[in-house]
Amino acid sequence: METGHIVKGYDEDLGKLDHMIAEMGGLVETQLADAIDTLVKRDADRAMTIVKKDKQIDALESEIDAFAIKLLALRQPLAEDLRQIITALKVSSNLERIGDYAKNVAKRTVTLAKSPAMGDSSASVARMAAMVQGMIKNVLDAYIARDSDRADDVRLRDEEVDQLHSSLFRELLTYMMEDTRNISACTHLLFVAKNIERMGDHVTSIAEQVHFMVQGEIPEDDRPKGDSSAFTLVEPK
Amino acid sequence: MEMRKDMNRERAGNMDFSFSTSDPVERRTKMSARDVDVYYGGKQALNGITLDIPENRVTALIGPSGCGKSTFLRCLNRMNDTIEGCRVDGSILMDGQEVNDQEIDPVALRARVGMVFQKPNPFPKSIYENVAYGPKIHGLTLQKPALDEIVEQSLKRAGLWEEAKDRLQEPGTGLSGGQQQRLCIARAIAINPEIILMDEPCSALDPIATAKIEELIDELRQNYTIVIVTHSMQQAARVSQRTAFFLLGDLVELGETEDVFTTPQDERTQAYITGRIG
Repeated sequence: METGHIVKGYDEDLGKLDHMIAEMGGLVETQLADAIDTLVKRDADRAMTIVKKDKQIDALESEIDAFAIKLLALRQPLAEDLRQIITALKVSSNLERIGDYAKNVAKRTVTLAKSPAMGDSSASVARMAAMVQGMIKNVLDAYIARDSDRADDVRLRDEEVDQLHSSLFRELLTYMMEDTRNISACTHLLFVAKNIERMGDHVTSIAEQVHFMVQGEIPEDDRPKGDSSAFTLVEPK
Repeated sequence: MEMRKDMNRERAGNMDFSFSTSDPVERRTKMSARDVDVYYGGKQALNGITLDIPENRVTALIGPSGCGKSTFLRCLNRMNDTIEGCRVDGSILMDGQEVNDQEIDPVALRARVGMVFQKPNPFPKSIYENVAYGPKIHGLTLQKPALDEIVEQSLKRAGLWEEAKDRLQEPGTGLSGGQQQRLCIARAIAINPEIILMDEPCSALDPIATAKIEELIDELRQNYTIVIVTHSMQQAARVSQRTAFFLLGDLVELGETEDVFTTPQDERTQAYITGRIG
Protein backbone atom coordinates (compact mmCIF):
# COMPACT_ATOMS: atom_id res chain seq x y z
CA MET A 1 0.00 0.00 0.00
CA GLU A 2 2.81 2.45 -0.83
CA THR A 3 0.74 5.32 -2.08
CA GLY A 4 1.42 9.00 -1.70
CA HIS A 5 -0.31 11.37 0.68
CA ILE A 6 -3.60 12.90 -0.37
CA VAL A 7 -1.87 16.26 0.26
CA LYS A 8 0.96 16.14 -2.28
CA GLY A 9 2.93 18.93 -0.62
CA TYR A 10 3.41 16.61 2.36
CA ASP A 11 5.10 14.01 0.13
CA GLU A 12 7.31 16.72 -1.30
CA ASP A 13 8.28 17.87 2.21
CA LEU A 14 9.17 14.35 3.36
CA GLY A 15 11.08 13.78 0.12
CA LYS A 16 12.99 17.00 0.72
CA LEU A 17 13.86 15.84 4.25
CA ASP A 18 15.28 12.56 2.86
CA HIS A 19 17.20 14.53 0.29
CA MET A 20 18.73 16.77 2.97
CA ILE A 21 19.83 13.76 5.02
CA ALA A 22 21.36 12.15 1.92
CA GLU A 23 23.16 15.39 1.09
CA MET A 24 24.48 15.78 4.62
CA GLY A 25 25.55 12.12 4.68
CA GLY A 26 27.37 12.50 1.39
CA LEU A 27 29.19 15.55 2.71
CA VAL A 28 30.25 13.73 5.88
CA GLU A 29 31.44 10.74 3.86
CA THR A 30 33.59 13.00 1.69
CA GLN A 31 34.97 14.85 4.72
CA LEU A 32 36.11 11.58 6.26
CA ALA A 33 37.66 10.34 2.99
CA ASP A 34 39.47 13.64 2.47
CA ALA A 35 40.66 13.83 6.07
CA ILE A 36 42.20 10.35 5.85
CA ASP A 37 43.69 11.09 2.42
CA THR A 38 45.49 14.14 3.79
CA LEU A 39 46.63 12.13 6.81
CA VAL A 40 48.18 9.47 4.59
CA LYS A 41 49.71 12.08 2.24
CA ARG A 42 50.76 14.30 5.18
CA ASP A 43 49.22 17.33 3.47
CA ALA A 44 48.78 19.99 6.17
CA ASP A 45 47.48 22.69 3.82
CA ARG A 46 44.64 20.58 2.52
CA ALA A 47 43.87 19.42 6.06
CA MET A 48 43.18 23.06 6.98
CA THR A 49 40.59 23.38 4.20
CA ILE A 50 38.85 20.27 5.56
CA VAL A 51 38.70 21.81 9.03
CA LYS A 52 36.99 24.87 7.56
CA LYS A 53 34.53 22.80 5.53
CA ASP A 54 32.95 21.40 8.71
CA LYS A 55 30.88 24.58 8.97
CA GLN A 56 28.88 23.45 5.92
CA ILE A 57 27.90 20.27 7.74
CA ASP A 58 26.91 22.18 10.86
CA ALA A 59 24.78 24.53 8.76
CA LEU A 60 23.03 21.60 7.10
CA GLU A 61 22.25 20.08 10.49
CA SER A 62 20.62 23.34 11.62
CA GLU A 63 18.66 23.43 8.38
CA ILE A 64 17.42 19.86 8.87
CA ASP A 65 16.45 20.58 12.48
CA ALA A 66 14.50 23.68 11.50
CA PHE A 67 12.76 21.87 8.67
CA ALA A 68 11.87 18.86 10.84
CA ILE A 69 10.43 21.12 13.53
CA LYS A 70 8.41 22.93 10.89
CA LEU A 71 7.04 19.62 9.63
CA LEU A 72 6.13 18.51 13.15
CA ALA A 73 4.28 21.76 13.75
CA LEU A 74 2.54 22.11 10.42
CA ARG A 75 1.85 18.52 9.32
CA GLN A 76 1.27 16.89 12.70
CA PRO A 77 2.76 13.65 11.43
CA LEU A 78 1.74 10.22 12.68
CA ALA A 79 3.05 6.65 12.42
CA GLU A 80 5.75 6.17 9.76
CA ASP A 81 5.81 9.88 8.90
CA LEU A 82 6.37 10.74 12.54
CA ARG A 83 9.10 8.13 12.79
CA GLN A 84 10.78 9.45 9.65
CA ILE A 85 10.94 12.99 10.99
CA ILE A 86 12.16 11.97 14.44
CA THR A 87 14.75 9.73 12.80
CA ALA A 88 15.93 12.57 10.55
CA LEU A 89 16.45 14.75 13.63
CA LYS A 90 18.56 12.11 15.35
CA VAL A 91 20.46 11.02 12.25
CA SER A 92 21.42 14.60 11.44
CA SER A 93 22.82 14.97 14.92
CA ASN A 94 24.83 11.72 14.54
CA LEU A 95 26.13 12.89 11.15
CA GLU A 96 27.12 16.21 12.64
CA ARG A 97 29.18 14.39 15.31
CA ILE A 98 30.85 12.25 12.63
CA GLY A 99 31.66 15.46 10.78
CA ASP A 100 33.23 16.85 13.95
CA TYR A 101 35.42 13.79 14.33
CA ALA A 102 36.54 14.12 10.71
CA LYS A 103 37.44 17.72 11.48
CA ASN A 104 39.45 16.59 14.51
CA VAL A 105 41.32 14.08 12.36
CA ALA A 106 42.17 16.90 9.93
CA LYS A 107 43.33 19.13 12.78
CA ARG A 108 45.69 16.47 14.10
CA THR A 109 46.90 15.85 10.56
CA VAL A 110 48.24 19.43 10.54
CA THR A 111 50.41 18.50 13.54
CA LEU A 112 51.21 14.95 12.42
CA ALA A 113 52.49 16.19 9.06
CA LYS A 114 55.37 17.78 10.96
CA SER A 115 56.29 14.54 12.79
CA PRO A 116 58.00 11.41 11.47
CA ALA A 117 55.76 8.67 10.09
CA MET A 118 54.95 5.85 12.54
CA GLY A 119 55.61 2.68 10.58
CA ASP A 120 52.56 1.79 8.55
CA SER A 121 50.16 2.87 11.29
CA SER A 122 48.60 5.54 9.08
CA ALA A 123 47.76 2.76 6.64
CA SER A 124 46.00 0.91 9.47
CA VAL A 125 44.12 4.12 10.32
CA ALA A 126 43.17 4.45 6.67
CA ARG A 127 41.88 0.88 6.64
CA MET A 128 39.74 1.56 9.67
CA ALA A 129 38.46 4.78 8.12
CA ALA A 130 37.63 3.04 4.85
CA MET A 131 35.57 0.55 6.82
CA VAL A 132 33.64 3.33 8.59
CA GLN A 133 33.21 5.18 5.32
CA GLY A 134 31.67 2.06 3.79
CA MET A 135 29.37 1.78 6.77
CA ILE A 136 28.26 5.41 6.38
CA LYS A 137 27.48 4.81 2.73
CA ASN A 138 25.56 1.62 3.43
CA VAL A 139 23.58 3.04 6.32
CA LEU A 140 22.54 6.02 4.19
CA ASP A 141 21.48 3.64 1.43
CA ALA A 142 19.48 1.69 4.01
CA TYR A 143 17.92 4.96 5.21
CA ILE A 144 16.83 6.00 1.75
CA ALA A 145 15.65 2.48 0.81
CA ARG A 146 13.88 1.99 4.19
CA ASP A 147 15.79 -1.28 4.45
CA SER A 148 16.11 -2.36 8.09
CA ASP A 149 17.97 -5.58 7.20
CA ARG A 150 20.73 -3.60 5.56
CA ALA A 151 20.81 -1.26 8.58
CA ASP A 152 21.10 -4.25 10.94
CA ASP A 153 23.98 -5.54 8.87
CA VAL A 154 25.82 -2.20 9.24
CA ARG A 155 25.18 -2.27 12.97
CA LEU A 156 26.97 -5.61 13.28
CA ARG A 157 29.98 -4.45 11.28
CA ASP A 158 31.04 -1.98 13.96
CA GLU A 159 32.68 -4.91 15.76
CA GLU A 160 35.36 -5.06 13.06
CA VAL A 161 36.10 -1.35 13.49
CA ASP A 162 36.47 -1.92 17.21
CA GLN A 163 38.87 -4.80 16.65
CA LEU A 164 41.01 -2.71 14.29
CA HIS A 165 41.07 0.05 16.89
CA SER A 166 42.28 -2.37 19.56
CA SER A 167 45.09 -3.69 17.42
CA LEU A 168 46.12 -0.18 16.39
CA PHE A 169 46.16 0.78 20.06
CA ARG A 170 48.62 -2.01 20.82
CA GLU A 171 50.74 -1.16 17.79
CA LEU A 172 51.06 2.48 18.78
CA LEU A 173 51.88 1.63 22.40
CA THR A 174 54.69 -0.56 21.11
CA TYR A 175 56.14 2.32 19.01
CA MET A 176 56.04 4.55 22.06
CA MET A 177 57.92 2.02 24.15
CA GLU A 178 60.53 1.52 21.43
CA ASP A 179 61.42 5.18 21.29
CA THR A 180 60.07 7.93 23.53
CA ARG A 181 60.48 10.41 20.65
CA ASN A 182 57.52 8.69 19.06
CA ILE A 183 55.18 9.55 21.92
CA SER A 184 53.93 12.85 20.51
CA ALA A 185 53.01 11.50 17.07
CA CYS A 186 51.64 8.26 18.46
CA THR A 187 49.39 10.09 20.91
CA HIS A 188 47.95 12.13 18.07
CA LEU A 189 47.44 8.95 16.07
CA LEU A 190 45.75 7.31 19.03
CA PHE A 191 43.27 10.19 19.13
CA VAL A 192 42.73 9.89 15.39
CA ALA A 193 42.03 6.17 15.78
CA LYS A 194 39.70 6.85 18.69
CA ASN A 195 37.87 9.48 16.61
CA ILE A 196 37.31 6.97 13.85
CA GLU A 197 36.19 4.34 16.35
CA ARG A 198 33.64 6.85 17.71
CA MET A 199 32.44 7.55 14.17
CA GLY A 200 31.68 3.84 13.93
CA ASP A 201 29.56 4.12 17.09
CA HIS A 202 27.58 6.99 15.57
CA VAL A 203 27.04 5.01 12.37
CA THR A 204 25.76 2.18 14.57
CA SER A 205 23.36 4.60 16.22
CA ILE A 206 22.13 5.72 12.78
CA ALA A 207 21.62 2.06 11.85
CA GLU A 208 19.48 1.61 14.96
CA GLN A 209 17.46 4.70 14.06
CA VAL A 210 16.87 3.36 10.57
CA HIS A 211 15.67 0.09 12.10
CA PHE A 212 13.30 2.12 14.30
CA MET A 213 12.05 4.19 11.38
CA VAL A 214 11.18 1.06 9.40
CA GLN A 215 10.09 -1.36 12.13
CA GLY A 216 8.83 1.00 14.84
CA GLU A 217 11.18 -0.34 17.49
CA ILE A 218 14.82 -0.04 18.44
CA PRO A 219 16.74 -3.34 18.08
CA GLU A 220 16.93 -4.78 21.57
CA ASP A 221 19.68 -7.36 21.30
CA ASP A 222 23.17 -6.37 22.39
CA ARG A 223 25.39 -5.93 19.41
CA PRO A 224 28.81 -7.62 19.52
CA LYS A 225 31.61 -5.28 20.59
CA GLY A 226 35.22 -5.78 19.62
CA ASP A 227 37.09 -2.95 21.32
CA SER A 228 39.39 -4.37 23.99
CA SER A 229 41.67 -1.31 24.15
CA ALA A 230 40.27 -0.37 27.57
CA PHE A 231 41.80 -3.59 28.95
CA THR A 232 45.06 -3.48 27.02
CA LEU A 233 48.30 -3.41 28.96
CA VAL A 234 51.58 -3.68 27.06
CA GLU A 235 54.51 -4.41 29.39
CA PRO A 236 58.07 -3.27 28.49
CA LYS A 237 60.27 -6.22 27.48
CA MET B 1 -12.65 29.11 38.03
CA GLU B 2 -14.17 27.88 41.27
CA MET B 3 -15.36 24.79 39.46
CA ARG B 4 -11.89 24.15 38.01
CA LYS B 5 -10.39 24.18 41.47
CA ASP B 6 -12.99 21.69 42.61
CA MET B 7 -12.12 19.42 39.71
CA ASN B 8 -8.42 19.69 40.49
CA ARG B 9 -9.03 18.79 44.09
CA GLU B 10 -10.97 15.76 43.00
CA ARG B 11 -8.12 14.75 40.75
CA ALA B 12 -5.47 15.25 43.40
CA GLY B 13 -7.44 13.02 45.73
CA ASN B 14 -7.60 10.20 43.24
CA MET B 15 -4.14 8.76 42.81
CA ASP B 16 -5.31 6.36 40.15
CA PHE B 17 -6.03 9.22 37.80
CA SER B 18 -3.39 10.42 35.44
CA PHE B 19 -3.17 13.74 33.58
CA SER B 20 -1.58 11.93 30.71
CA THR B 21 -3.86 10.31 28.17
CA SER B 22 -1.93 7.07 28.47
CA ASP B 23 -3.26 4.61 31.01
CA PRO B 24 -1.19 1.62 31.97
CA VAL B 25 -3.80 0.29 34.41
CA GLU B 26 -5.64 -2.87 33.37
CA ARG B 27 -9.34 -2.07 33.25
CA ARG B 28 -12.37 -4.28 33.58
CA THR B 29 -14.35 -4.80 30.40
CA LYS B 30 -17.52 -2.71 30.58
CA MET B 31 -19.02 -3.61 27.24
CA SER B 32 -18.08 -6.18 24.69
CA ALA B 33 -19.22 -6.73 21.15
CA ARG B 34 -19.02 -10.23 19.67
CA ASP B 35 -19.36 -10.86 15.93
CA VAL B 36 -21.66 -7.90 15.38
CA ASP B 37 -23.11 -7.60 11.87
CA VAL B 38 -25.34 -4.68 10.95
CA TYR B 39 -27.49 -4.50 7.82
CA TYR B 40 -29.35 -1.51 6.42
CA GLY B 41 -31.93 -3.32 4.31
CA GLY B 42 -29.88 -5.63 2.10
CA LYS B 43 -26.65 -3.72 2.57
CA GLN B 44 -24.20 -4.92 5.18
CA ALA B 45 -22.67 -1.99 7.09
CA LEU B 46 -20.64 -3.87 9.72
CA ASN B 47 -18.87 -7.20 9.28
CA GLY B 48 -18.42 -9.32 12.39
CA ILE B 49 -17.12 -6.70 14.80
CA THR B 50 -15.59 -8.07 18.00
CA LEU B 51 -14.40 -5.40 20.37
CA ASP B 52 -14.06 -4.92 24.14
CA ILE B 53 -14.63 -1.55 25.78
CA PRO B 54 -12.70 -1.14 29.02
CA GLU B 55 -14.25 0.63 31.99
CA ASN B 56 -13.22 4.20 32.87
CA ARG B 57 -11.25 4.64 29.72
CA VAL B 58 -11.87 6.55 26.53
CA THR B 59 -12.14 4.37 23.44
CA ALA B 60 -11.92 6.25 20.15
CA LEU B 61 -13.46 4.90 16.95
CA ILE B 62 -11.78 6.30 13.86
CA GLY B 63 -12.06 5.72 10.14
CA PRO B 64 -13.19 7.42 6.95
CA SER B 65 -16.81 8.42 6.37
CA GLY B 66 -19.05 5.43 5.83
CA CYS B 67 -16.69 2.98 7.53
CA GLY B 68 -19.29 1.98 10.12
CA LYS B 69 -17.92 3.65 13.22
CA SER B 70 -21.13 5.61 13.99
CA THR B 71 -23.20 2.53 13.17
CA PHE B 72 -21.19 0.56 15.69
CA LEU B 73 -21.54 3.33 18.29
CA ARG B 74 -25.31 3.27 17.86
CA CYS B 75 -25.37 -0.50 18.44
CA LEU B 76 -24.13 0.08 21.96
CA ASN B 77 -27.33 1.71 23.16
CA ARG B 78 -29.65 0.25 20.53
CA MET B 79 -30.12 3.53 18.74
CA ASN B 80 -30.20 1.48 15.54
CA ASP B 81 -33.60 0.13 16.72
CA THR B 82 -35.04 3.47 15.68
CA ILE B 83 -33.78 3.12 12.10
CA GLU B 84 -36.24 1.52 9.68
CA GLY B 85 -34.81 -1.60 8.01
CA CYS B 86 -31.78 -1.81 10.26
CA ARG B 87 -30.89 -5.25 11.60
CA VAL B 88 -28.22 -6.06 14.19
CA ASP B 89 -26.85 -9.61 14.55
CA GLY B 90 -24.32 -10.85 17.04
CA SER B 91 -23.93 -10.12 20.68
CA ILE B 92 -23.38 -6.93 22.66
CA LEU B 93 -22.80 -7.43 26.35
CA MET B 94 -22.86 -4.80 29.06
CA ASP B 95 -21.48 -6.09 32.36
CA GLY B 96 -22.03 -9.53 30.89
CA GLN B 97 -25.69 -8.93 30.04
CA GLU B 98 -26.98 -9.05 26.46
CA VAL B 99 -28.32 -5.60 25.54
CA ASN B 100 -30.22 -6.91 22.52
CA ASP B 101 -32.42 -9.19 24.67
CA GLN B 102 -36.12 -8.63 24.13
CA GLU B 103 -36.71 -8.07 27.85
CA ILE B 104 -34.20 -5.21 27.94
CA ASP B 105 -36.06 -1.91 27.76
CA PRO B 106 -34.16 0.27 25.27
CA VAL B 107 -35.20 3.39 27.16
CA ALA B 108 -33.74 2.05 30.40
CA LEU B 109 -30.63 0.94 28.48
CA ARG B 110 -30.18 4.44 27.07
CA ALA B 111 -30.33 5.84 30.59
CA ARG B 112 -27.32 3.67 31.41
CA VAL B 113 -25.64 4.38 28.07
CA GLY B 114 -25.99 8.09 27.39
CA MET B 115 -25.26 9.78 24.11
CA VAL B 116 -23.94 13.11 22.88
CA PHE B 117 -24.36 13.97 19.22
CA GLN B 118 -22.39 15.79 16.58
CA LYS B 119 -24.57 18.88 16.56
CA PRO B 120 -25.48 20.27 19.97
CA ASN B 121 -29.21 19.61 20.33
CA PRO B 122 -30.52 21.18 23.52
CA PHE B 123 -34.27 20.99 24.06
CA PRO B 124 -36.10 24.27 23.40
CA LYS B 125 -36.35 24.76 27.13
CA SER B 126 -34.42 26.53 29.85
CA ILE B 127 -30.90 25.46 30.79
CA TYR B 128 -32.32 24.13 34.06
CA GLU B 129 -35.06 22.12 32.34
CA ASN B 130 -32.61 20.65 29.82
CA VAL B 131 -30.70 19.03 32.66
CA ALA B 132 -33.67 18.29 34.96
CA TYR B 133 -35.81 16.71 32.23
CA GLY B 134 -34.01 13.34 32.19
CA PRO B 135 -34.02 12.75 35.95
CA LYS B 136 -37.73 13.70 36.00
CA ILE B 137 -38.91 11.37 33.23
CA HIS B 138 -36.69 8.55 34.43
CA GLY B 139 -38.26 9.05 37.85
CA LEU B 140 -34.95 9.64 39.62
CA THR B 141 -36.55 12.42 41.61
CA LEU B 142 -39.33 14.96 41.45
CA GLN B 143 -38.31 16.90 44.54
CA LYS B 144 -37.19 20.42 43.74
CA PRO B 145 -34.21 20.49 46.15
CA ALA B 146 -32.94 17.15 44.88
CA LEU B 147 -33.40 18.26 41.27
CA ASP B 148 -31.55 21.50 42.01
CA GLU B 149 -28.70 19.43 43.36
CA ILE B 150 -28.61 17.16 40.28
CA VAL B 151 -28.68 20.16 37.93
CA GLU B 152 -25.86 21.89 39.79
CA GLN B 153 -23.70 18.75 40.01
CA SER B 154 -24.27 17.85 36.37
CA LEU B 155 -23.47 21.36 35.17
CA LYS B 156 -20.37 21.39 37.36
CA ARG B 157 -19.20 18.04 35.98
CA ALA B 158 -19.79 19.30 32.47
CA GLY B 159 -17.74 22.40 33.25
CA LEU B 160 -20.67 24.74 32.57
CA TRP B 161 -21.80 25.74 36.06
CA GLU B 162 -19.80 28.97 36.35
CA GLU B 163 -21.06 30.19 32.99
CA ALA B 164 -24.67 29.07 33.50
CA LYS B 165 -25.49 29.42 37.20
CA ASP B 166 -26.87 32.96 36.88
CA ARG B 167 -28.96 32.18 33.81
CA LEU B 168 -30.49 28.81 34.57
CA GLN B 169 -33.93 29.94 33.45
CA GLU B 170 -32.74 31.26 30.09
CA PRO B 171 -33.23 29.03 27.03
CA GLY B 172 -30.49 26.45 26.40
CA THR B 173 -30.51 27.39 22.76
CA GLY B 174 -29.21 30.86 23.70
CA LEU B 175 -25.83 29.44 24.71
CA SER B 176 -22.82 29.37 22.36
CA GLY B 177 -22.15 26.16 20.39
CA GLY B 178 -19.50 24.92 22.81
CA GLN B 179 -21.68 25.75 25.81
CA GLN B 180 -24.63 23.98 24.19
CA GLN B 181 -22.50 20.87 23.72
CA ARG B 182 -21.44 20.98 27.36
CA LEU B 183 -25.13 21.41 28.25
CA CYS B 184 -25.88 18.24 26.26
CA ILE B 185 -23.12 16.46 28.18
CA ALA B 186 -24.62 17.74 31.46
CA ARG B 187 -28.00 16.47 30.28
CA ALA B 188 -26.47 13.08 29.49
CA ILE B 189 -24.78 12.73 32.87
CA ALA B 190 -27.78 14.02 34.87
CA ILE B 191 -29.39 10.57 34.70
CA ASN B 192 -26.26 8.96 36.06
CA PRO B 193 -25.23 6.83 33.09
CA GLU B 194 -22.35 4.35 33.21
CA ILE B 195 -21.27 4.86 29.65
CA ILE B 196 -21.28 7.98 27.50
CA LEU B 197 -21.24 7.63 23.72
CA MET B 198 -20.06 10.66 21.78
CA ASP B 199 -20.59 10.94 18.06
CA GLU B 200 -18.17 13.57 16.77
CA PRO B 201 -18.97 15.89 19.67
CA CYS B 202 -16.58 18.63 18.58
CA SER B 203 -17.03 18.72 14.83
CA ALA B 204 -19.22 21.83 15.01
CA LEU B 205 -17.04 23.62 17.55
CA ASP B 206 -14.13 26.06 17.37
CA PRO B 207 -10.70 25.03 18.73
CA ILE B 208 -11.20 26.64 22.16
CA ALA B 209 -14.61 25.02 22.69
CA THR B 210 -13.09 21.76 21.40
CA ALA B 211 -10.25 21.98 23.91
CA LYS B 212 -12.77 22.49 26.72
CA ILE B 213 -14.74 19.42 25.68
CA GLU B 214 -11.54 17.37 25.39
CA GLU B 215 -10.46 18.48 28.86
CA LEU B 216 -13.91 17.53 30.08
CA ILE B 217 -13.72 14.08 28.47
CA ASP B 218 -10.43 13.48 30.25
CA GLU B 219 -12.07 14.42 33.58
CA LEU B 220 -15.24 12.44 32.95
CA ARG B 221 -13.43 9.17 32.43
CA GLN B 222 -12.82 8.98 36.17
CA ASN B 223 -16.51 8.23 36.60
CA TYR B 224 -17.70 7.05 33.22
CA THR B 225 -16.70 4.79 30.38
CA ILE B 226 -16.52 6.82 27.18
CA VAL B 227 -16.68 5.81 23.55
CA ILE B 228 -16.05 8.61 21.07
CA VAL B 229 -16.36 8.66 17.30
CA THR B 230 -14.12 11.31 15.83
CA HIS B 231 -12.89 12.37 12.43
CA SER B 232 -9.92 14.09 13.95
CA MET B 233 -6.95 11.79 14.39
CA GLN B 234 -5.33 14.36 16.62
CA GLN B 235 -8.42 14.39 18.82
CA ALA B 236 -8.42 10.60 19.09
CA ALA B 237 -4.73 10.76 20.00
CA ARG B 238 -5.32 13.47 22.58
CA VAL B 239 -8.35 12.12 24.42
CA SER B 240 -8.40 8.34 24.11
CA GLN B 241 -6.48 5.48 25.65
CA ARG B 242 -7.67 2.91 23.13
CA THR B 243 -8.27 3.38 19.44
CA ALA B 244 -10.23 1.23 17.02
CA PHE B 245 -9.79 1.79 13.29
CA PHE B 246 -12.73 0.89 11.06
CA LEU B 247 -12.64 0.60 7.28
CA LEU B 248 -15.50 -0.45 4.97
CA GLY B 249 -17.42 -2.08 7.81
CA ASP B 250 -14.42 -4.01 9.19
CA LEU B 251 -12.57 -3.46 12.42
CA VAL B 252 -9.06 -3.29 11.00
CA GLU B 253 -7.06 -2.56 14.11
CA LEU B 254 -7.63 -2.11 17.82
CA GLY B 255 -4.92 -1.14 20.24
CA GLU B 256 -3.51 1.25 22.78
CA THR B 257 -3.81 4.74 21.30
CA GLU B 258 -0.11 5.51 21.59
CA ASP B 259 0.75 2.32 19.71
CA VAL B 260 -1.83 2.85 16.99
CA PHE B 261 -0.57 6.36 16.27
CA THR B 262 3.15 5.62 16.40
CA THR B 263 3.43 2.03 15.19
CA PRO B 264 0.19 0.79 13.63
CA GLN B 265 0.26 -2.91 12.87
CA ASP B 266 -1.92 -2.88 9.76
CA GLU B 267 -0.82 -1.05 6.64
CA ARG B 268 -4.36 0.20 6.05
CA THR B 269 -4.32 1.92 9.46
CA GLN B 270 -0.96 3.41 8.59
CA ALA B 271 -2.23 4.66 5.25
CA TYR B 272 -5.29 6.23 6.85
CA ILE B 273 -3.71 7.97 9.82
CA THR B 274 -0.85 9.34 7.76
CA GLY B 275 -3.29 10.80 5.26
CA ARG B 276 -2.67 8.44 2.35
CA ILE B 277 -6.21 7.10 2.07
CA GLY B 278 -9.43 8.82 3.02
